[in-house]
Amino acid sequence: MIASAQAVQGQEEVAGRSLWVDAWRTLRKNRAATVSGIVIGIMAVLVVVGPWFSPYSYDFTDWSNLSIGPSLETGHLFGTDTLGRDLFVRTLYGGRISLMVGLSATLVSLLIGISYGAVAGYFGGRLDNLMMRIVDILYAMPFMFFVILLMVFFGRNLFLIFVALGAIIWLDMARIVRGQTLSLKHREFVEAARAQGVGTFAVIRRHIVPNLLGVVAVYVTLTIPQVILMESFLSFLGLGVQEPMTSWGALVKDGSDEMQSSPWLLLFPAVFLAMTLFCFNFLGDGMRDALDPKDR
Amino acid sequence: MLRYATRRFLGALPTLFILIALAFFLIRVAPGGPFDSEKALLPEVEANLRAAYNLDEPLHQQFARYVWGLAQADFGPSFQYRDYTVTELIMTGFPVSLRLGGMAITLALLVGVTAGSLAALRQNTRTDYAVMSASMTGISIPNFVMAPLLILIFAVYLGWLPAGGLGDGSPRNMVLPVIALALPQIAYISRLTRGSMIEVLRSNFIRTARAQGLPMHKIVLRHALKPALLPVVSYLGPATAAVITGSVVIEQIFGVPGLGRFFVQGALNRDYTLVMGVVVFYGVLIIAFNLLVDLAYAWLDPKVKYS
Amino acid sequence: MSLLEVRNLHVRFDTADGEVHAVRNLSFELDRGETLGVVGESGSGKSQTVLSLIGLLADNGRASGSAMFDGQDLFNLSPGALRSIRGRRISMIFQDPMTSLNPYLTVAEQMVQVVREHDRMTRRAARDRCLEMLEAVKIPDAAERLDCYPHELSGGMRQRVMIAASLLLDPQILVADEPTTALDVTVQAQILELMKDLNRRLGTAIILITHDLGVIAGLCERVIVMHDGELKEQGNVRDVFYRPRHSYTKALLKAVPRLDAEQVERLAPAADSSLLSVDGLKVHFPVRTGGWLGEKRPLRAVDGVNLDLRSGETLGIVGESGCGKSTLARAILRLVPTTAGNVCLLGQSMGDLDKRALREMRRDAQVIFQDPLASLNPRMTVGNIVSEPLRTHFPELGADEVRTRVADVLRRVGLSGRELNRYPHEFSGGQCQRIGIARALVLKPKVIICDEPVSALDVSIQAQIVNLLMDLQAEFGLALIFIAHDLAVVRHISHRIMVMYLGRIMEVASRKALYETPHHPYTRALISAVPIPDPDKERDRDRELLPGDLPSPVDPPSGCRFRTRCRFAQDRCRTEAPQLRQLTDSLVACHRAGEAVLV
Repeated sequence: MIASAQAVQGQEEVAGRSLWVDAWRTLRKNRAATVSGIVIGIMAVLVVVGPWFSPYSYDFTDWSNLSIGPSLETGHLFGTDTLGRDLFVRTLYGGRISLMVGLSATLVSLLIGISYGAVAGYFGGRLDNLMMRIVDILYAMPFMFFVILLMVFFGRNLFLIFVALGAIIWLDMARIVRGQTLSLKHREFVEAARAQGVGTFAVIRRHIVPNLLGVVAVYVTLTIPQVILMESFLSFLGLGVQEPMTSWGALVKDGSDEMQSSPWLLLFPAVFLAMTLFCFNFLGDGMRDALDPKDR
Repeated sequence: MLRYATRRFLGALPTLFILIALAFFLIRVAPGGPFDSEKALLPEVEANLRAAYNLDEPLHQQFARYVWGLAQADFGPSFQYRDYTVTELIMTGFPVSLRLGGMAITLALLVGVTAGSLAALRQNTRTDYAVMSASMTGISIPNFVMAPLLILIFAVYLGWLPAGGLGDGSPRNMVLPVIALALPQIAYISRLTRGSMIEVLRSNFIRTARAQGLPMHKIVLRHALKPALLPVVSYLGPATAAVITGSVVIEQIFGVPGLGRFFVQGALNRDYTLVMGVVVFYGVLIIAFNLLVDLAYAWLDPKVKYS
Repeated sequence: MSLLEVRNLHVRFDTADGEVHAVRNLSFELDRGETLGVVGESGSGKSQTVLSLIGLLADNGRASGSAMFDGQDLFNLSPGALRSIRGRRISMIFQDPMTSLNPYLTVAEQMVQVVREHDRMTRRAARDRCLEMLEAVKIPDAAERLDCYPHELSGGMRQRVMIAASLLLDPQILVADEPTTALDVTVQAQILELMKDLNRRLGTAIILITHDLGVIAGLCERVIVMHDGELKEQGNVRDVFYRPRHSYTKALLKAVPRLDAEQVERLAPAADSSLLSVDGLKVHFPVRTGGWLGEKRPLRAVDGVNLDLRSGETLGIVGESGCGKSTLARAILRLVPTTAGNVCLLGQSMGDLDKRALREMRRDAQVIFQDPLASLNPRMTVGNIVSEPLRTHFPELGADEVRTRVADVLRRVGLSGRELNRYPHEFSGGQCQRIGIARALVLKPKVIICDEPVSALDVSIQAQIVNLLMDLQAEFGLALIFIAHDLAVVRHISHRIMVMYLGRIMEVASRKALYETPHHPYTRALISAVPIPDPDKERDRDRELLPGDLPSPVDPPSGCRFRTRCRFAQDRCRTEAPQLRQLTDSLVACHRAGEAVLV
């Protein structure tokens, strides 16, 4: 025994490639996804840090420069709106709101969706049946209308927005997690673990969850743009955040009202919004390719 | 098949009930009432008004009355448009919305399926990349962004098409709204079709068909198209919901006098019955359409058993 | 002149990791009406060879060389000309009949279009032609089957439809790529018999691709042996089997477990007290027939099984798919809930144990699964996988101690012990199975249940794993339950063998008794269906072909489960379920076993 222990220590360690490392490599080879990831990173830094470096605040009215186009001399890089507010700063502030709503609503959906789906999938049987019937019923609801009603009746409130959006989005997450859990539960390595006497909690922690993470990561990346889209849809209808605070949807709405006279008011926020959605979708796609074991 | 349809129909009833109940109680618990806007109503007048609309009854009684009315296709009177019933209002707006939505879905199916199949057959060629980039763009540009951009380009700068409204009712007026509404769906459907078509083309039975000497176009049409379209068919349910939701903004941007107008105005005016009416009407539509899609799916897929 | 003459065939694939040379410099011929076997293990290039001939390589594949078929080079034909040869003059059937038929079209729809593609014919006439062909492949009630969808047919029936579809236009060559690998052994025997018959009657030349030397021995006149993309040996079937020249062929022939091999008597261990006993075990799963709201009925996967196992002994369990053997394994280990009955391990009834005691118990009974890769968590390193049982049961062990034990056990199963930080997907199937064995072994259990541990592996790897299991058994005094559908493998490793059919035991006997004097008609049919890799013996055998397919375990036959396929069945077999009874050296569940008619 002792001799062999020394033998083991004497041998060189061979480092293995985990599926995550493999996936990361595949993802990095996908140029569109890599660029998208970098753009999202830049965008995130920009909306957080950018406003600090701007001479204007988001609600400052520059009376000498109402509705001017983009110019360097005045310092209004993206121009100003009809109230003389700096569009550059407003676009970045709008981005903060959009990204924040996107992230927090996704987080809400992640928490509800994973626990709900994992419970239904792992315990199965009647509980699963009941839980999935509920999801089915909720699924058939025209939820966007309910969210609009909520906004109208309970006032526009950021917190309410992401709770409401998160509450819609979790349905998909729950379905996906449940399906994955169900199929994982019957995989042979889970049976092997149970046969070894590994406890339920440890089976879930060591064998189910790590194998769910790939799918969840992909799905989160694809949920964020969906939420951003819904939030901007609400803002566009005038149901999002309150003036003078703004979001991309609200800016697009304002811009489309003035598009004949000042098209930049539409174009800048529209490009920011579309580009962000575009990058998230591309990144999600790339991650799906990288983490999908079928393409291996 | 009939039994299966009946069963699916019965299965949809609880969904419907929950939908109605949720909408009803949500609106009732909301702060603000339908007569808030008309300031300085005498208390007696308001009481009379409330009694006239049965708002003084206990909630569960109002609910029962409402459901009973719905069963007879009666959505009740509108609080805001005093001379009309909600049913009448819905019936003026719905044909316009139906035309818009129907055309958008049809367009999305035709273009989406064609482009998606083409991309799948020419996988990893320039055609494929072009279709996929276009579709990614379509998914990433929301229709309320696309709509003003379309107006800006085709109505304002080029002046080819009218910017909206129903005008004289000529099809020209519908072109831009339909395209704006259809574009995201075209994008989704083409991606979906491409994905499923590629998977089907890789399957063993396609290899069998090739080994039997069938030419490619016949293999695609007779063997691959039907299974490849199944995911598209099941996507039609969510697609309808998305088009209906989208049409609310599209109608607003293009000034199309459809149902969306009533919904937004009704919500802002706390016109209980009108908002309820529109939500329930749309809800029923979506549920009914989902049911139809399920039946179509069962009919297309021989492995789904009816009985 | 030969019908097909392949010269210097090379097949290459462009992959992300560079060029893969799948077939190298292969030359062979095929005469009219001849049956040619191509044998090799997975990755030997045998399938790519034939796919390249009819232009069906994957998009990244390229073939070079020449293939003269009836005076024209298949590699120089236009796509259209090649297409008119495919299906009409050279046709092909594939391994998995379920996925090889279009699930969305009826049998008639997919067959008729093949006829009409190649021959001008009315729909009516084409349909008649299809019907004729279905009858030729002996499909019962052929006219009704025409309008069935593939999922409404059984596996054997689907393969018959595939064969019928491929013979519609009277081709000169029928290429069959592992045509019976996905089928049960009794159904395989039916299909092979059919192919032999068709070759005789229609004079169609057959190229049979398979990994199973027994199948070749029974059907083919000439054989090509392939390995690593190269031809290792070719020749007359008797020459190759009896006088192999190439070392690879010799090794392959030696590795195959054979039913007719000499029995090296495996001494059963001294019959001390029983280690594991199972009494009246039943496992029923509720299944819904026809969607939700449908009626719930029990699927009787295991329906009353008794067995006992002594330490150091191997009990083989055989049966066709759906006989309940895998469910039995899981039920013994309490991985699925049992409906009735009891399992006793070391005198302790497992049904009475609370959760903690059950976990303790699991130390003594371990399991090895069929799919080596699927039974290892892809997100865990080999070290973590093998050490998990140790860490679960002996949390007090230090990290060094765990490492040492894991490395030791890995070396014991034939690995280097340096794999600790690597992940399962970096290993081959055989290596993965060794890791699975190491995980089962690390707790030094008393019993290991092996559920089809070698059926996903190549023949030569199979032999290594089986030998490893036997060595470990001798070394640690393990008791094994060895579940498999391959009777030859089971015969090689087992002391006693149990035959199951539709959830019930048909016969239990010592290895010698079971193979030399099988009493149950099902056992006899099963044994006679297994092909023997010996051309003369294989062709001289009297085969007892079982008719039809397995009935559904949701709706099993009354009385004796086997009676619907048994040619000795009587009225009594329908009404009364036979109990196991002692007959010379065996326990048999058959009313008529022992009667003279059966012998």
